[in-house]
Amino acid sequence: MQKISVVRIFMTLAVILTSLNLAAKDTEKAEKEGKDGLKTEIKEFIDHHLQDSHDFTLFSDKESGKHYGFPLPVILWDNGLKVFSSSKFHHGETVAEVDGNYYKLYHSKIYKTDAAGTITYDESHHATNEKPLDFSITKNVVSMLLIGLLMFFMFRGLAKSYKKNNGIPTGAGRFLEPLVLFVRDEIAIPNIGEKKYKKYMSFLLTIFFFVWFLNLLGMTPLGVNVTGNIAVTFGLALLTFLITNFTANKNYWGHIFWMPGVPTFMKVVLAPIELLGVFIKPFSLMIRLYANMTAGHVVLMSIVGMMFLFKSWIGSPLSFGLAFALSILELLVAALQAYIFTMLSALYFGMANEEAHH
Amino acid sequence: MDKLINDFSFGLFFWQILLFVGLVLLLRKFAWKPILDSVNNREEGIKNALEAAEAARKEMQNLQADNERILNEARAERDAMLKEARQLKDNMITDAKTEAQAEADKIVAQAQATIESEKKAALAELKNQVAGLSVEIAEKVVRNELSNKDKQLELVDSMLGDVTLN
Repeated sequence: MQKISVVRIFMTLAVILTSLNLAAKDTEKAEKEGKDGLKTEIKEFIDHHLQDSHDFTLFSDKESGKHYGFPLPVILWDNGLKVFSSSKFHHGETVAEVDGNYYKLYHSKIYKTDAAGTITYDESHHATNEKPLDFSITKNVVSMLLIGLLMFFMFRGLAKSYKKNNGIPTGAGRFLEPLVLFVRDEIAIPNIGEKKYKKYMSFLLTIFFFVWFLNLLGMTPLGVNVTGNIAVTFGLALLTFLITNFTANKNYWGHIFWMPGVPTFMKVVLAPIELLGVFIKPFSLMIRLYANMTAGHVVLMSIVGMMFLFKSWIGSPLSFGLAFALSILELLVAALQAYIFTMLSALYFGMANEEAHH
Repeated sequence: MDKLINDFSFGLFFWQILLFVGLVLLLRKFAWKPILDSVNNREEGIKNALEAAEAARKEMQNLQADNERILNEARAERDAMLKEARQLKDNMITDAKTEAQAEADKIVAQAQATIESEKKAALAELKNQVAGLSVEIAEKVVRNELSNKDKQLELVDSMLGDVTLN
């Protein structure tokens, strides 16, 4: 999958570069300036989309500067809890004043500033202002909350339907049950084993549907990108890491620190490598999901953006067709990434529970 | 990498872990456990039902085999009885035959014995009668013969001649 995402990134670059070339060749200077403006706008839009946001903006009108959506609560820890609505930032245009402190939203991050909202930079153009601990209920948090609620009601419904209908699911449960069984029969049991899979089922089922639904939510025009956020994938991978290592048996640690069946010298050499592997495994989980979802969003949005750049009877429908095809591919990727994340987690749990066989 | 670290939001991470762990715990209690239990129960039920069906099939087979066996036994018994009856009949006929034969033989023997004794009696009577007759004839003859002297002497002579000859 990492290969695919790398290919995808190259593809995006190629597509963007070609579009740049085409644009540069065919247009007049004035038009070119307009296009460049549009291009930067698209780029900014994509950048903005990929990042978390302190308000839930569904769409905005650049010309009138109006944003349609709703503000979300901002929770800061800055020598005391500060809670206020993100509408105070006016989408980063104004400085919010809370209890005599001034905060400014800059590139989706909240910085502490003076009353004028001055932001100082270092040489590599990073803001050097103090950052308060930000526990805001951001767009991603809201999305996760919604998906969590959705999952709860969906699977609670499935669980209840068994009691009503004598052990046979009804309605949406008929669609959900095979998925639950898929996680059990194709992911958990083959990788962990018949004996020990049960204690991991809750985690595996939750992570599978959580990631899948969030991936799918990312495909909607709501413009959320939760699973393409490094903090989220880090959290998920961290849980896999913790569960793997806290439920691991003696045999697993034996294989890491004192590999059986190899000469003593090799045991010493292998130990640090194996130990590194313990961290690399969840790290790869984190990067894989993040990279795949981010790349998917970037490619798709770039192609959608190209529709507006081409403004021709050939280019725009072509971009539309491409975007359509890619959307279908992304639907597959959404399920595939959820499957891979769950499958690999199960595989690691299985490794941690493997019994010695000599 | 620098961008990744820069993008990392501790707040989001905090909420994510909190929400996700909460979701896992909630769903475990209210969804996954009942769902998996129900599915397991159902699977167990299906397995049991299949086993029961198989057992019933076997039972049926056994029953059929039993029936067959009993039928065969009955048939054999009937055959044996028929055979026995036939034998009995044959025996009876043979017995009757021998008995009849014996009876007939006895009757014949008796008849023969009677005939023999009758014959003997008849013979004896005949003998007596012949003897009587002979004596009578002889008397008559003798009386006739001895009516004159010459003839008497002739007889004595012939008789004496016979004696000497003997």
